[in-house]
Amino acid sequence: MLYFIEQFLNGIQLGMLLFLLAAGLTLIFGIMDLVNLAHGSLYMLGAYFAATFAAWTNSFVLGAVLAVVATLVAGMVLEVIAIRRLYGRNHLDHVLGTFGLLLFFNELVRLVWGPAGMTLSLPSEMLTAVQIPPGLYYPAYRLVIIVVTLAVALLLYVLVMRTRLGMLIRAGASNREMVGALGVNIKLLYTLVFGLGAALAGFAGLMQAPILTVQIGMGENILIPAFVVVVIGGIGSIRGAFVAALLVGVIDTIGRAFLPDLLHRYLSENAAATLAPALSSMSIYVLMAVVLVARPEGLFPAAGR
Amino acid sequence: MSEWRKDWRHGPWSPRIVVNAGLVTVLALVPVYAAFAGDPFAMTLFSRILIMAIAALSLNLIMGFGGMVSFGHAACLGIGGYAVGILAKEGIGSGFVQWPVAVVASAIYALVVGALCLRTRGVYFIMITLAFAQMVYYVASGLDRYGGDDGLTIYHRSQFGPFDLNNATLFYYLCFALLLASIYLVWRIVNSRFGLVIQGARSNEPRMRAVGFPTFRYRLVCFVIAGALCGLAGALLANHTNFISPAMMHWTRSGDLIVMAVLGGMHAMFGPLIGAMAFLLLEQGLSHVTDYPDLILGPLLLIVAIYVNGGIDGLLGGPRRG
Amino acid sequence: MRRMTVIPAAALALIAGPALAQQKTVKIGFISTFSGPVAAIGNDMKNSFELGLDQHGRKLGGLPVEVIYADDQLKPEVGVQKTQELIESDHVDFVVGYIWSNVLLGSLKPLVDSKTMTVVTNAGPNQLAGELCSPYVFSTSWQNDQTPAAVGRYMNEKGVKTAFLMGPNYAAGKDMLAGVQTTFQGKIVGQELTRWPDQLDFSAELSKARAAKPDAIFAFYPGGAGIQFVTQYVQAGLKGQIPLYTAFTIDDLSLPRLKDLAVGVPGAQEWVNDLPNDANKTYVADYKAKYHASPSFYGAQTYDAVGLIDSAITAVNGDLSNKEGMRKEMEKADFKSVRGDFKFGNNHIPIQNFYLQDAVKNADGSYALKTVALIVKDDQDRFHDRCPMK
Repeated sequence: MLYFIEQFLNGIQLGMLLFLLAAGLTLIFGIMDLVNLAHGSLYMLGAYFAATFAAWTNSFVLGAVLAVVATLVAGMVLEVIAIRRLYGRNHLDHVLGTFGLLLFFNELVRLVWGPAGMTLSLPSEMLTAVQIPPGLYYPAYRLVIIVVTLAVALLLYVLVMRTRLGMLIRAGASNREMVGALGVNIKLLYTLVFGLGAALAGFAGLMQAPILTVQIGMGENILIPAFVVVVIGGIGSIRGAFVAALLVGVIDTIGRAFLPDLLHRYLSENAAATLAPALSSMSIYVLMAVVLVARPEGLFPAAGR
Repeated sequence: MSEWRKDWRHGPWSPRIVVNAGLVTVLALVPVYAAFAGDPFAMTLFSRILIMAIAALSLNLIMGFGGMVSFGHAACLGIGGYAVGILAKEGIGSGFVQWPVAVVASAIYALVVGALCLRTRGVYFIMITLAFAQMVYYVASGLDRYGGDDGLTIYHRSQFGPFDLNNATLFYYLCFALLLASIYLVWRIVNSRFGLVIQGARSNEPRMRAVGFPTFRYRLVCFVIAGALCGLAGALLANHTNFISPAMMHWTRSGDLIVMAVLGGMHAMFGPLIGAMAFLLLEQGLSHVTDYPDLILGPLLLIVAIYVNGGIDGLLGGPRRG
Repeated sequence: MRRMTVIPAAALALIAGPALAQQKTVKIGFISTFSGPVAAIGNDMKNSFELGLDQHGRKLGGLPVEVIYADDQLKPEVGVQKTQELIESDHVDFVVGYIWSNVLLGSLKPLVDSKTMTVVTNAGPNQLAGELCSPYVFSTSWQNDQTPAAVGRYMNEKGVKTAFLMGPNYAAGKDMLAGVQTTFQGKIVGQELTRWPDQLDFSAELSKARAAKPDAIFAFYPGGAGIQFVTQYVQAGLKGQIPLYTAFTIDDLSLPRLKDLAVGVPGAQEWVNDLPNDANKTYVADYKAKYHASPSFYGAQTYDAVGLIDSAITAVNGDLSNKEGMRKEMEKADFKSVRGDFKFGNNHIPIQNFYLQDAVKNADGSYALKTVALIVKDDQDRFHDRCPMK
């Protein structure tokens, strides 16, 4: 039972990370109707910024704060220079353009930071496992990720539900034309939303950096699962993204944890060992296909779309 | 009547016709160049371009003309390739068996996926086609007997009686002929009544339904045809590289196919060929001149997406939006 | 892919015609990974190769060298294409490199079909040692099983009774996990093959390892994945609980980033930077002087390829068409290897020693890998019987 809880926590932790990425992605998707394949690049930038700033300031927390600000600025600059020109075009132009950006950022990072990648070291007190109930060891830093991310999710909720900016964002997600008609500076709103999404992605990147290290192309592995989360949750819905992220995180982890043993009962050891990782990787795509066949607009379709 | 068709009759010396004719001529002469310059790799490279052009063409049929943006088209390429690879591994070397199996297997995959996916629209369609492709990708990674993640070397190319596909020139012209035949096939489809319904359904599906066309079935058939054609490309690709691996169905490969189709010009018959050629030659060429090729290729794609309507073909003038 | 040296002599030969044509160059195609997260490995190999060429005055067996570097992008199908291009378009005399077993397995057919002289400097899939061995393909590394088998012996010495095995799900990963089981006499209480190369989070697998309560964990995670694995192992609080034994997981490239996390984690290797032979001392000193870093075993194996090729071309007096002559010379392994003297088996895989290495912190605060002991002497891989070459 304790073992199951441990694996469940692993799933939650992965889910929280996916949520950080998916929240920005779903906002950008919902409000600007933009398919952004370069979202993973912002995740990568966040991690590189954090590693660099943490090395300069000798402080993990200070480095993290600076990195979030830097990714926010980078996102807004990117929006003004390039992304803005893709609004209103069809999705294919988005795929082509942001695919180009993804290639560009990978190469840029290699040019600036070199091919070797970087390490974002944790304070040494984070390098242990804590016992939550006695007997259940869990890595301290992964607990931190869960707690901090929950706090960010809460902040995001307050921002979206309780502030004027949030009201505009919600309005934009359900009816873009109307927000424009209200006399809101729509250009500025778009820039802010993109910056917010970038900052969230950057934050996800830097939180993950001590676990996965900082390297080129780190955003591509996580981008597609993040898209899966967005689509399952319903495009434009932050609540949907939250539920879907937890669902995807838990299903993926549980699959990896228990599928090999299950398969082993029916197959030879070798076949089971090869097949299990493949099948468990498939699980989230099966989930997405099932959800979409049953509900073509995701679990929580944003109203008016 | 579709726009490009009017354009096709724009005159015998329109830039588009001159460029396309020039392109076909150049492609026909590649083996001659390879022989004279002692550079057999030119033929290897261009065989690959021709094969990817067939795959991009099949994607363009559903995407450019049918408005069905599949982000998982590389799965069909992979299924075609794996059909050849698996049969070869099991000792069935005859191309008369391998290739039809490749085509039919891809068509069946497209039928199943299409039947499930065509209910969704827009981004959801993009994502669900991706989901199915990812599943196939992981299934292939799990095929222990056929190499799993490592892929599988194909020791003998498909056997077609007296025709030896190991002969690079013969193989090149086979790809060339199949590409031209595919372009002709797509051209016929697009201009048939069936094709007009598909294009009508792209711009206004409710109206086509109201007029009485069972658009779902039409679109599904179109999807299956594209899948079958891409399966053929997969069989060619497996023979070309003598190697198959799950990597040929990775989502970035599906992305490459989209890039080729969009880059070349989606509403043009020769667009996918132009796109495949431009993309692969750029990739190849840039890696020779710089250690950071994507620093140039990336912004180039962005610029094409922002400023060039209708891809490279759009640069040739004529009415081009649709 | 980029030509690193433009040889004026080659241009001259073209202009002056056959009269000068005997001043040939030897063309070497070099395939490794130069992009993405593992580009550091490719760079280390390239650096070592360039260093070796510099030390030879950029001539091998008297012929000026032209190297064409190609990036396999860690993808088997790209590796095949680049291999074909090197053979068909660049007409190279030698192909050197290959980090990854799966990339090598994909590229082997064009290499063997064209009878191109090949020196594999890292990848060691069992097929290459066994049924797919080829007269023109040599390895300066090992067969994948050998290193983990040495680790297995060491685990026996340490009295490990139960072990949990982890590695990535690709050709080498499977070989490695099989390799440790050939010598390890205890019980395997669990093994995990993780998705490769895109799974970097091992939380579920580490939880499983903890739950299995083994005496030890054995892991194989090459390149950047090694950093991720060891980091997560430490973060999970396992370092004090379940000892970790590794193969190719901690190397001179990852140690500067792992630092304290890696100290005390043992591994096995056929080469360590402090091996006390003259060739190695020169190599390590020159490498450090030129690149201001420690070379890794990837680099060492690649550096050896320079010596091997030099011996071959010298033996045939620069007649590169004499492949039989070059093959016979290479089979003697008659050059100064940085791992010390070794012999080739019938399958052209080295028969060599394997050492126990440990990561230590020096007095000046830097970190280094040290040789602790010899685990096994003159080890030959267990697949050589399957190789039809005798």
